[in-house]
Amino acid sequence: MSAPILTLTIDGRQVSGLASETVLQVAKENGIAIPTLCFLEGLSATGACRLCMVEIEGSPRLHPACVTPIQEGMTVTTDSKRLFGYRRAIVQLLFSERNHVCAVCVANGHCELQELARAFGIDHIAFPCRHPALEVDASHSRFVLDHNRCVLCTRCVRVCGEIEGAHTWDVKNRGIRIQIVADLDTPWGAAATCTGCGKCVHVCPTGALAEKGKSMAEMRQKRPFLPYLVANRAEERK
Amino acid sequence: MSKLRLATLWLDGCSGCHMSLLDTDERLLELAAQMDIVYSPLVDTKQFPERVDVVCIEGAVSTEEDEARLRLVRQRSGLLIAMGDCAVTGNVPAMRNPLGAEAMLRAVYRESPVLAPQIPIEDLPRLHGHALPLHRFVPVDLFIPGCPPAADTLFAALAALIAGTADGLRLDTRFGA
Repeated sequence: MSAPILTLTIDGRQVSGLASETVLQVAKENGIAIPTLCFLEGLSATGACRLCMVEIEGSPRLHPACVTPIQEGMTVTTDSKRLFGYRRAIVQLLFSERNHVCAVCVANGHCELQELARAFGIDHIAFPCRHPALEVDASHSRFVLDHNRCVLCTRCVRVCGEIEGAHTWDVKNRGIRIQIVADLDTPWGAAATCTGCGKCVHVCPTGALAEKGKSMAEMRQKRPFLPYLVANRAEERK
Repeated sequence: MSKLRLATLWLDGCSGCHMSLLDTDERLLELAAQMDIVYSPLVDTKQFPERVDVVCIEGAVSTEEDEARLRLVRQRSGLLIAMGDCAVTGNVPAMRNPLGAEAMLRAVYRESPVLAPQIPIEDLPRLHGHALPLHRFVPVDLFIPGCPPAADTLFAALAALIAGTADGLRLDTRFGA
């Protein structure tokens, strides 16, 4: 039995979607672009980055579109001066939190954080940067994890658990001390569960995960593989 | 109409942004027709003039001397442009920040295999603990990210300043461009 169809208003337009869909999905189906960073088609949504926050009439707070189910008659605003201000602030805070040096990054020119900054017209970081001392885990034979570039989107955690089924990656600590860890916080190269499939490397939005031997601007993530794998999984389950 | 008085300043950067400015090639003649470069590593003036209209600054602020020069130049300039990623974000010079100046100097000059390990201090400005972007010290009027910003980008910015259309100027550049 399929889910009932609901109608709602997004940015002044009457649209409809299945009750099982989120605001982000319905907006996308109707050609309304909402900025995202942690979201990736084919993986579960977590609402980690807060870039897809939208206004919903009658609610004083903002709602992450990627995890907000649509409701009959809801009125959604995906772009406003207030939202644009918050989104600009979020991207700048991500830059200020760790050491993002685009000029020497493996992902220069292929980075979603860098592209968001350009798209939002962010020409400097208004907040003081933290310059934390973070490690680079190069213990794996083929891949590198550079915590300096990590934005904690957890795409790697989700692709490893949900698609590869290995669940090598997870998150330790809370708040500003959060870090991605392999197995129970072991060096990546020593992680017994890692199959070396490289899916995490190719879903990373920045240069935090990269193939070894890649130099500045050479890391090109192959993201389109994901819908293909997800489609195959769906076939198998039938 | 009097010509625009332009200065350029080189702080903690690699000079790549100045090279990019030179890469405007024959368009330098167009610029020269409408502005005078009154102070720059590219010209021979030794003292920063009392008054300039526009100053383009390359590099992060890494030493006491950098900071003093920046503050003086801010006072004497109408419009201050942060030219390139080092001036805008700290960029490569700021990669030492997690380590701190002392540890960085020790690692480079004492702990690596050299003949006579010593940290150079004579006639050199003292390093700040952190290399930081210009806007942490003085107000900046225009930010031009890029490492370096393309010659076309710098030319577009200067041409807009000459034409008086620099307000709300949106340049086609990005961090690391």
